Amino acid sequence: MKITVERAILLKALAHVQSVVERRNTIPILANVLIAAQDGVLRLTATDMEIALVEEVAGIEVERPGRTTAPAATLYEIVRKLPEGAKVQLDHGGGDAPLALRAGRFHTSLSVLPVEDFPSMTEGKLPHRFALGAGQLRDMVDRTRFAISTEETRYYLNGIYLHVADSDGARVLRAVATDGHRLARMQVEPVPEGASGMPGVIVPRKTVNEVRKLAEETQDEIAVRLSDTKIRFDIGTVQLTSKLIDGTFPEYERVIPRGNDKVLTVDKQQFAEAVGRVAAISSERSRPVKLSIDRNHLMLSAASPEQGQAQEELDDGAVTYESSPLEIGFQARYLNDITDQITDKVEFRFADGSAPTVVQDAGKPEALYVLMPMRV
Amino acid sequence: MRGLCRDCCAEVPGTVASCPTCRGRRLVRHAELFTLSVAHVDCDAFYASVEKRDRPELAARPVIVGGGRRGVVSAACYVARTRGVRSATPMFKALAACPDAVVIKPDMAKYVAVARRIRGLMEALTPLLQPLSIDEAVMDLRGTEALHRAPPAIVLARFAQDVERAVGVTISIGLAPNRLLAKLTAERDKPRGFAVLGAGEARDWLAPQPVTLLPGVGPALARRLEAAGFTRLGQLGALEAREAARRFGEDGPVLAARARGEDSRPVDPSRETKSISAETTFEADITALDALERPLWRMCERLGRRLREKELAAAGVVLKLKTAGFALRTRNARLPSPTTLPETLFAAARPLLAREADGTAFRLIGIGAQPLAPAAEADRGDLADPDAPRRAARWQAVEALRARFGEDAVVQGRGLKPPR
Repeated sequence: MKITVERAILLKALAHVQSVVERRNTIPILANVLIAAQDGVLRLTATDMEIALVEEVAGIEVERPGRTTAPAATLYEIVRKLPEGAKVQLDHGGGDAPLALRAGRFHTSLSVLPVEDFPSMTEGKLPHRFALGAGQLRDMVDRTRFAISTEETRYYLNGIYLHVADSDGARVLRAVATDGHRLARMQVEPVPEGASGMPGVIVPRKTVNEVRKLAEETQDEIAVRLSDTKIRFDIGTVQLTSKLIDGTFPEYERVIPRGNDKVLTVDKQQFAEAVGRVAAISSERSRPVKLSIDRNHLMLSAASPEQGQAQEELDDGAVTYESSPLEIGFQARYLNDITDQITDKVEFRFADGSAPTVVQDAGKPEALYVLMPMRV
Repeated sequence: MRGLCRDCCAEVPGTVASCPTCRGRRLVRHAELFTLSVAHVDCDAFYASVEKRDRPELAARPVIVGGGRRGVVSAACYVARTRGVRSATPMFKALAACPDAVVIKPDMAKYVAVARRIRGLMEALTPLLQPLSIDEAVMDLRGTEALHRAPPAIVLARFAQDVERAVGVTISIGLAPNRLLAKLTAERDKPRGFAVLGAGEARDWLAPQPVTLLPGVGPALARRLEAAGFTRLGQLGALEAREAARRFGEDGPVLAARARGEDSRPVDPSRETKSISAETTFEADITALDALERPLWRMCERLGRRLREKELAAAGVVLKLKTAGFALRTRNARLPSPTTLPETLFAAARPLLAREADGTAFRLIGIGAQPLAPAAEADRGDLADPDAPRRAARWQAVEALRARFGEDAVVQGRGLKPPR
């Protein structure tokens, strides 16, 4: 293989693929990127056995087609440090000969591993296929991923549950995540064409994060293909294939309260800032912020045995509340994770001071959050 | 006989009916009063007392701490106890017996903070302090007389007053020559008690008591003892060590000694209850994962029961394996929230076991709870597992059946061997 490619193009492609490579790896081949060149196309592949990322770059000068694998992190570092505008030549004589990289007066040779050892993850049929707008996908991820659990015992919570569901008679595509303390649900209506027969799948956290990064760079539609065990996203020039979490997501609908009738509407900006200020009194992350709610009046307070206490009041103008007085506590970070996703008005729906509470963006009913209160 | 006044903590002469200094009538007299040094301290109806302290208007009312999603009583105040309400009574029964009770949901953070304050006061008395649970501790005041310029009995009387004044709850103290007798003695005078049991009278006092009085003699062991004709501690204490070992195995001699009131365990400040576990050695070594799962499941059941008995829960599990070559392997996992449920313990331990079951032959499997958490925090359920409280209730029902009809009354399928 012998090719010449512009540094910027190679760097961007390497940046994409090397991000799935695990830094600490017990299987040497997984630290490598598979480089293949043919018919003017350079194809880079990296995998951690859970996710495989393939990037195709067209319009490359291919002097001699071929394939090899080289250490992903090292190659990326080198290309990153080359001067802007440099032309990079990759030259591999075949077999276990080292990969030569030349750029201007710089030259390096990298040891390679056999192409045959590189695991393939992209096989298998993916019978369900639909398309999502890049913005839609970003929305679905942003409004749910903060609630993904990191706990190992309930591994089936370590991702976003993507599935088709009924919502008040209409069919919707839904993303749901929960760690037990909070739950986030975001839906797209109508169901994208081709998705209606799909199985419910749990997309792992790492995949969600990679997809979100890639979706940042495009405005185009993203093609999604999936089976019971794998999902593939085509995002611009990148194709990401991931295994799915093999487990059963809990029946989350049962924990979403239906009858919560005490409605508090509060200005997002003022509320979020007040939570931040009041919570600053305590360095302990799990300390609750207490909401004391009365007619069109909200007092936020927090106390720490060591540092003292803090409070802030919000009233008319920022707060609307017509029901009986209520006191309830939430972890500050959980409140902020939700308000970060809300643009203008936050709507809380309470049952009482100890029952799960529903939170929504007053202007965006497609996203819904449930929060477990803490004792205050 | 010299004694002390529990109101002004002064020593009183042997003849008076009330304290010459303060006229108090709460006098304690005992021949060994000023030589004993091991004290068992127990807070009276702890959670309920803390709640009453914070809401003085409830002083005369029956107060039950508990309920919430678990549906059992965590603590009942002494007013509620007169109506037959006890810890671990199902809430519906408690409310039937005591319909006017004030039910308060447990606030563990508050109780832990109060317990810490009391522990702080104890730490000022002696370094030989061993907490046994949130509201119980044993301490040895031996050798502190010069420091406090008073014998242990007087230091303890002052301590009880300090706790009442500074913390606002009452305690009961048992003063005795060793840990076992101190614990048993503390039970004799509650609430707000101060009981003394000397070495000279211990054996006579124990002899007519039922064997179930001894800590560690649960329903199963009691049935075994009874079947062998031992119902009173006097009978058990009369056994010689060799005979006790023959009848009741390697723990037999210790059991007989305890029945005589002998206990050589020192108060060990490093020995706070840090883990509870259950383990079993196989008749023949086991290699296959599915064959290892069966004893693991049974140990999870046993661990769950031990946790509930001690009013504790597992916030994490430790899997213990011993290979055929006697190499020990332990593996830990943290639980998302504390539990006493066998299936949750099993779900956490099974992946650990699967990683170890690599063809190695094992001779022993065990599971431990570590770290521990208070029972009130266990199995409350969350958004991803709303059914945990129901499963906890189901286990309580299973255990009630087992207590009544025997271990095998209800068995979960995965504890059984598949038919050949």
